[in-house]
Amino acid sequence: MGKGNISAYKGIWIFGEQRGGVVQEVVYELLGEAGRLAQKRPNEISVVLIGGEGLQKAAQELIAYGAEKVYLVEDSRLAEFNSDPYADIMTELIDQYKPEIVLTGATTIGRTLIPRVAIRVYSGLTADCTSLDIDTEKGLLLQTRPAFGGNIMATIICPDFRPQMATVRHKVMKPAVKDASRKGQIIKITPKAIRLRTEILKVVHEMQNQVNLGDADIIVSGGRGIGAAENFKLIHDLASALGGAAVGASRATVDAGWIPHYHQVGQTGKTVCPKLYVACGISGQIQHLAGMQGSEVIVAINKDPDAPVFDIATYGVVGDLFEVIPQMIKELKNK
Amino acid sequence: MNIIVCIKQVPDTNEVKIDRETNTLIRKGVPSIINPFDENAIEAALQLKEQYGGKVTVVSMGPPQVETALKDAIALGVDEVVLVTDRVFAGADTWATSYTLSKAIDKLGAFDLIICGKQAIDGDTAQVGPGIAEFLKLPIVTYVRKVVEQKDGSLIMEKEFEDGYEVMKTPLPAVITVTKEINVPRLPSLKGKMKAKTIQVPTWSAADIGADPESAGLKGSPTKVMKIFNPPVRTDREKLEGEAVLIATTLVARLKERKVI
Repeated sequence: MGKGNISAYKGIWIFGEQRGGVVQEVVYELLGEAGRLAQKRPNEISVVLIGGEGLQKAAQELIAYGAEKVYLVEDSRLAEFNSDPYADIMTELIDQYKPEIVLTGATTIGRTLIPRVAIRVYSGLTADCTSLDIDTEKGLLLQTRPAFGGNIMATIICPDFRPQMATVRHKVMKPAVKDASRKGQIIKITPKAIRLRTEILKVVHEMQNQVNLGDADIIVSGGRGIGAAENFKLIHDLASALGGAAVGASRATVDAGWIPHYHQVGQTGKTVCPKLYVACGISGQIQHLAGMQGSEVIVAINKDPDAPVFDIATYGVVGDLFEVIPQMIKELKNK
Repeated sequence: MNIIVCIKQVPDTNEVKIDRETNTLIRKGVPSIINPFDENAIEAALQLKEQYGGKVTVVSMGPPQVETALKDAIALGVDEVVLVTDRVFAGADTWATSYTLSKAIDKLGAFDLIICGKQAIDGDTAQVGPGIAEFLKLPIVTYVRKVVEQKDGSLIMEKEFEDGYEVMKTPLPAVITVTKEINVPRLPSLKGKMKAKTIQVPTWSAADIGADPESAGLKGSPTKVMKIFNPPVRTDREKLEGEAVLIATTLVARLKERKVI
């Protein structure tokens, strides 16, 4: 494995992350990206789908979204993600079928599973990529990711080892388009053994839509500039006016106890990539910018015209948020 | 409970400023610190030791100046530290780093638990904790936000995921990686600071830990950095100033044009 005859490795593989039998959005984004890579340099696209019983329909759906093969592993003991058996199965399949590229969502599941697999197959893994490209001659995957708190970008390659493995940030790549006429093959796999060391005693979904920052298309965040805990109401009101956007927060407001930590955006909080990010009263410390500068459109509202957040804002509003936000809410309700 | 904590010395990315003229990092004067999540890992280890007894050993791989980070760990109250340092370790990616740290841990002897921070703030990969677990063939639980208890040779804890948490149970020995929600790291004590001043930090070379130079450092690393560049600057920036009503109408219109609302 790993180093050696790299030309024996063929195909692009995607880890088909599912939760509760539902294939996660990031998988469709990876299918879209794999399609673009295969257009540049022809390659077969496959998904490895591991989970409990009853995933046949989900596998069929993946074919409609562009998978030419789905390696399907169904077992009731695999319904919830468990890193030991999942890593064993991924490693076995990679050893047997030798894919050239393996892509995984940079989720808590992907980032736990695939580093283990990379060690075992002795190959390179690049974390949390925000852009991928392929060198058409050698088939080198050009993996670009932010580093140093998002202050620099690095393009990483894996020239002498296979497969070339990457985790990819959710919401950055465009999802594949469904075409029900697509044909593909479902290959059922029975794992050699299912090793269970860690046990999941309980699963608790505790967050409302208002807090699931990773999945949100629009996020409105409050910073120190909102002045007091009770003023987060204004942030919530703007989020509602924007059709139920998620509410984020800067580290300063979390540290001050104005809002629970799971709202925090930034390097020590969540990294987010929504279509629209509205930063209210956030000056823009590097640790905050690191968590949101990948957003498609950024609006910053701040009284201080020199606030660093304006360096990365698409629309920089220099003004008092207590005047501007109520007007925005009014305007949004008018539409 | 014998606990090993792996830490990394990192540049304080909060202190990094960008030169807007040249759009490059100003690295001068940026202090080196213990990776913040690793401070949580040290604190988690110290709390477990206080509850269950045992010993806390901190290990780090890096150049000789990492000694200061290990002295900081001593000041916080850990029992032992070791610096794994050798020129052949330079340029290691996460594969080679995991390999080297696992070899050092092998040399440390019997332990119950390895704790790492969930990721380092310079590389942000989150790959070394799972990597060490794989080399040592141990179970791993990532993103731990609370240790509930140690019972009958197992550890029960809460692990974060995107919209909630799971209660996990794992047999020991095991590896866990921790988030900042797990605790608030303590400050160094006066006694700790005194001890840190006098201690000689032991160093281990590749030969000491029996690391194969072919698998360590740049040589053992499957990934290579092809290029480094500055993030693209948004060229479509627009400033809106003046009357709040006017700003609001313009802004909402712009957002509609761009189809983000």
